[in-house]
Order: sequence, then structure tokens, then C-alpha cells
Amino acid sequence: MSRAGIGLALSLLATLAAMPVRAQAPFIVLASTTSTQDSGLFEYILPLFKARTGVEVRVVALGTGQALDVGRRGDADVVFVHDAAAELAFVAQGFGIERRQVMYNDFILVGPAADPARVRGSKDITAALKAIAANVAPFASRGDRSGTHAAERRLWQRAGIEIDRTKGTWYRETGQGMGPTLNIAAAMPAYALTDRGTWLGFKNRQELVVAVEGDQTLYNQYSVMLVNPERHPHVKQALGQAFIAWITGPDGQRAIADYKVGGQPLFFPNYAKPAG
Amino acid sequence: MNTDFFAACAAAFRLIVEADAGLIAIVGLSLIVSVAAVLIATAIALPLGAVVALARFRGRHGAIVLLNALMGLPPVVVGLAVYLLLSRAGPLGEFGLLFTPGAMVIAQAILVVPIVAALARQTIADAWREYEEQLRSLGAPPRLAVWTLLWDTRFSLVTAVLAGFGRAAAEVGAVMIVGGNIDGVTRVMTTAIALETSKGDLPLALGLGLVLVVLVLAVNAAAYSLREAAHRRFG
Amino acid sequence: MRDRTPALLPLVLDSATVAVAGVPILDRVSFTLEAGSRSVVLGANGAGKSVLLRLCHGLLAPTAGTMRWLGPHAGDPGRFQAMVFQRPIMLRRSVIANVAYGLKLAGIAKAERLARAHAALARVGLAHLAGRPARLLSGGEQQLAALARAWVLEPEVLFLDEPTASLDPAATRAVEAIVGAIHTSGTKIVMTTHNLGQARRVADEILFLDRGRLIERAGVDRFFAGPATTEARAFIEGELP
Repeated sequence: MSRAGIGLALSLLATLAAMPVRAQAPFIVLASTTSTQDSGLFEYILPLFKARTGVEVRVVALGTGQALDVGRRGDADVVFVHDAAAELAFVAQGFGIERRQVMYNDFILVGPAADPARVRGSKDITAALKAIAANVAPFASRGDRSGTHAAERRLWQRAGIEIDRTKGTWYRETGQGMGPTLNIAAAMPAYALTDRGTWLGFKNRQELVVAVEGDQTLYNQYSVMLVNPERHPHVKQALGQAFIAWITGPDGQRAIADYKVGGQPLFFPNYAKPAG
Repeated sequence: MNTDFFAACAAAFRLIVEADAGLIAIVGLSLIVSVAAVLIATAIALPLGAVVALARFRGRHGAIVLLNALMGLPPVVVGLAVYLLLSRAGPLGEFGLLFTPGAMVIAQAILVVPIVAALARQTIADAWREYEEQLRSLGAPPRLAVWTLLWDTRFSLVTAVLAGFGRAAAEVGAVMIVGGNIDGVTRVMTTAIALETSKGDLPLALGLGLVLVVLVLAVNAAAYSLREAAHRRFG
Repeated sequence: MRDRTPALLPLVLDSATVAVAGVPILDRVSFTLEAGSRSVVLGANGAGKSVLLRLCHGLLAPTAGTMRWLGPHAGDPGRFQAMVFQRPIMLRRSVIANVAYGLKLAGIAKAERLARAHAALARVGLAHLAGRPARLLSGGEQQLAALARAWVLEPEVLFLDEPTASLDPAATRAVEAIVGAIHTSGTKIVMTTHNLGQARRVADEILFLDRGRLIERAGVDRFFAGPATTEARAFIEGELP
């Protein structure tokens, strides 16, 4: 093979690889969370959006903290996470606009079938957490700045437990997403706080069962935001707004409600047009 | 554990036999990304290895040590560095390469260059020790001598390139960060395995892992027999 | 047949010394080499024969003293010399490609260099092996190919460093015959050996080295009939290694 031939093949391949795989279709980059992706929601609703508008949505699934960071840097067009406090800060700092609530699901506490803290069947998460701490029962936390992790920490706070101080060997921070954390909880076995969506899709349960559910404070709200085009002029504003309009509009909301795993809906659409 | 392994084998078998379109796309992208990265890296690393092997310059020994050390560069560190470079907030953001296969090729090329360069350097330095006097006697100027050496050591160099390919095909840290594991766009075998593992679908993850291992084995087996055949022909 | 007017020769060494870490391998060697004769450098192992050859060929520089060509083309010495080493270094390509390599470096066009290479191979009796991978040849055949590779360059001076030390008697005879033919075609031969029989067969004159010093130089017949120095005498009688 002549040297020129090799050089040609090389540049060809480099160009090929540098092109996005589907360079023709218009697309936006959506930064979202691993729990949302793992639930399978995007695989269901995004093709519907594409069929409607011809726009491809490329989902980068990270923890909430990292997803917001991606938005801050302008590497995504739309952000879709579930941590109200962090979202409001994001908007207040000028990184996001047009924040709209989209849907909610709930968190549940899962734990070993043996139930060392004797909390199974309770509807009171605060009491359950107190019991777990009192019994020093093993607990696996995400510990990764995610929406789930933030919610979990708020619940400990509500239960009057300073988790940073009292964590001994029973409270384990995995620093990972919901799936890996559940893997670890299943293996230990330990209690863990998870969103229902991930739990329903999780296949490696081993001895884990649902321990506590139905408490109002376990409510988990998802919102969508457009990355501020004034901060990042390259953001695909029109396409991003089209997505936000769709997911908060009747078609998108219905698609969310229609998504079921094992006959059960995972998420409950709750976009309400602001009054006035 | 045993049932997990058999489930994995069954999953792998099913994946291959059904030739699932999604799997084919993922395998195809893995190969394109890693092969492109290795080709680009080789184009940089072979001359680099040759220069460090043959040229006399101050700091040459430091360069050798550095090349050898960089072989062990952690992929996740390279991924993070490339991410910061290619991010919109970073110096090369205007190219919009983040979360595309192009970024993955760049990151993997960076990982592979030290491997090919260090191994090539060793090969070429050894060959030069053997050939130097004869080449100088025949009147080969240094630049031409380099090409002659590269051609003569081509089989060992192919092995070095294969080592680089193995590294690229097997890593997940870099491509995960700079690619984002986007379904249908930047999802490759290793990131797909990571995803299925995180979702708790271990048999599927193991199945994909088996497919990946078989793939890499096949590439190496093909290259080995090629090398043996060439050896028999050319000595 | 080469052009008779020498381009490089005579070669003059003036007190040339090659020292490694202060130890002289070649110690103040002086001589002049003229065209025409076959000069054989004789000596025991470690006497400095190989270093002397490499010095003359330009692969080494003297640490003291000088090595000079006096001919009109002394500024371009590489072009008119060639060297064959004890172990032939064949490139990983065909025999004909090896033989043509030096011509390729000189910028000769492909058709012409292949023609010349084929002719050289025919002269050394390897024409039937032209397409073979060079590394698959036997030791003797590789050395003949190395000779063809040197011969095709039509050098004015051919250096040979113990070219048959690793070969069997049959291959040795073949190599010596070719060296003779190369000499007949007009090339100056400068060869090292520690083999007395070979020296007698090949040489016109002997330069005898002992521990880095040139201690005797004489015509081959005179040298073997009655060497002037004790060391040379001891060497011939087999007392030196």
C-alpha cells in the first residue's frame, strides 16, 4: 500500500468519525439524570417528539449536579432534572430560563426483606429513618450531588438526624447513580432511597423489597429549563423551546402518562399553565 | 452467580444470533471510533517514536521515560481533560465536538499515542543497533534510514498498533465523559455495558461484555495469523 | 571495469588513534594505501582490525591523528566506498531489492537499478534467488548477496571485515572467489582476517596489527616466508590466539 494511499484512508476515516452519526436530522442536546434515563421514559416519549417535529433529542444522562453543570457550560440546550432548589439557583444565576414543571414521581424506601429496622409497611418516612439510624441498620446512599441524593439528605434533616455527623459504618455513600447504588444495596443488603421509576425497571433486586412508600414528603418533582441563550448564544433556542412546548403540552403530557412499566405508570404529568 | 453466568452466555448468544440492529450499530460505532483513533494515533506516534529512538537531543532520556509512563495514562483523566477542552465553556468549544463521536476519537487517540510511540521507539532503537553500520555504509541519510527501519520492523510495529487498538476498544472512562453515552449517537460497547450494569441488567451487560471480548480476540487472532504468514514469507 | 583514475585513493593514516575511555584500541597507526593491491589486515582477536576498518570507512572518527583521502573526490568519500561486514545485514525484502538498495539511495531510476542489480546477482551466482526474501537465504548466500550489493555500487575501495568468519569452507571459497573477481574488475580490496590460509590466498600485501599498533607491513610472500617481528612470527606459528 503506497504511503499516499494510507494517508488518504486516514483522513477519510477521521472525517467520517468526526461527523455526528446522524448529521442530517436537526437535534438538541438534553442534559438529564440517570434515573430518568434508566426508567426508560426517554426511549418511549422522544420518538414521539421526533415523529411530530423531526427533531432528534440527544440525551446525556448524568447526575443532577453534573447535568446542571453541563447546562452552565453551555454544552446542552435543555436541562431536565428533579432538584427544585438547585434549579431555582440555576435560573437565579442566569444560566437557565423558562423553567416549567413537567411531571412527578415518588421516592420509595427499599430494604432487605429481613427488615432489621422493622419499618416495612410504614407510610411514615421520617419515623422510618429515625428507626434505621437508631438500629444502625445498613443504608446505601448515592452521595453524588444528584436530585435523589439531595432529597435523601433533606429527609434525614427532617428526621432530625445530622447524617454527616452520625454516619458510622452503617451509612455508605457510593458516589454513583441509582442503578449502581441499588446494586450495592442489594448485595450488602441495605436500605436505600430510590425513585420508583428506577425501582420498577431494576432487575437485580435479590433480597430487596419496598419498605416505605406513600409519604407526601417523598414526592419528586421534575422540571425542564432552556439553557439561557443570552449566556450561550449557540444554544438552539427555537428547537429547545419546541421541545419544552411539546413536553408541557397535551401531547407530551399524555405520552408521559401513557408510559407504563408492568402496567403501572412511572411518572405523573403535572404541568399547570401559570395563572395570568 | 452460576445462573448469572449462564444467563450471560445465553444473552450473548441471543444478541449475536438475532443480529439486533441496535447491537450492530453499537459494535459498528465502537470499531469506527477505535480504528479511527488508532490510525490517527499511529500517524503521530510512529514518527514520534522514530525521532525519540534515533535523534540525539537534550532531554532524550526524559522523553523516553515520559513516553513509557504515559502508557499508563488513566482513561478517565484523559476524558476529563478533553471534556474541559471541548466544552463550550472551554478553549475549543466553538467546534461543538463535545458529545459527538469526533470527541471520542480525539480522546482515544490521545490514550493510544504513548502506547504506540513507546513500543515503536523500543522496536526502532533495537533495529537501529543492528542496522546502523550497514545503513550508514550504504550511504543512507538519516531521514531515509528512518523509513527503511520503519519498513523493516513493520511486523513488530503492527503488534504495537494492535496493543493500542486493544487499549482503545477496552476503555470506557474517556468515551463515557466526552461522548455522553447518547443512545444511537455516542453509545459504544463499553459504555453500553456500563449502562446495563447500572440498570441492574447484569446478564445483558455480561452478554455484551462477551461480545466485546470475542471481537477483540478475533481482531488479535487475525493479526497474529497475518503476522505469522508474513514471517514465513519474508523472514 | 572501473575507471582507472582513482577518485579517493590514496588513503593516508597519520598517527591515527581511536581510544575508548582513555584506552587506545588503535594506537598511533600510520600508513598509506594505494590503488591496485589487495591489502589484508592480519592480527589476533582484539588487535583492532575491525576498528581500523571502520575508521578507514568513515564509521568512526579518530580521537587523535588523522585519516585522509588524497584523491580529487575526497570531499564525497561515501560515494566511492562500500563495506561488507562479518554478518550480512539483509533488509526484510527480496534479494534483488537488497542489492538495488544502495542504487536507490543514489537516486538511480528503477529500471536501471534493477537491471544492474540482476547483473550483479548473476556475477555472484545468485540470479536464481533474486525474488526470494533475503532473510530466508543461508549465511553463505546472504554474504554473497551482500557482496553483490557492494559490487553493484562499483566502489573504488571495498572494505571487508572478516567476511567468512561465520561461514563453512564451501561458502568461504565462494566468497573469496567473488572478492577476487571484484578486485579484477578494478576495486581496491581492504580485508581483515585472522585466518592465515585465507590471508595467503587473498592478499597481495599484509598489514599486521598487534594490540592496536601496526608493527609490520610486507608483501604476502615475504611476510609468510619470514616475518620480521617476533609477534608476527608467534602469530603465524599459532602461539597468539
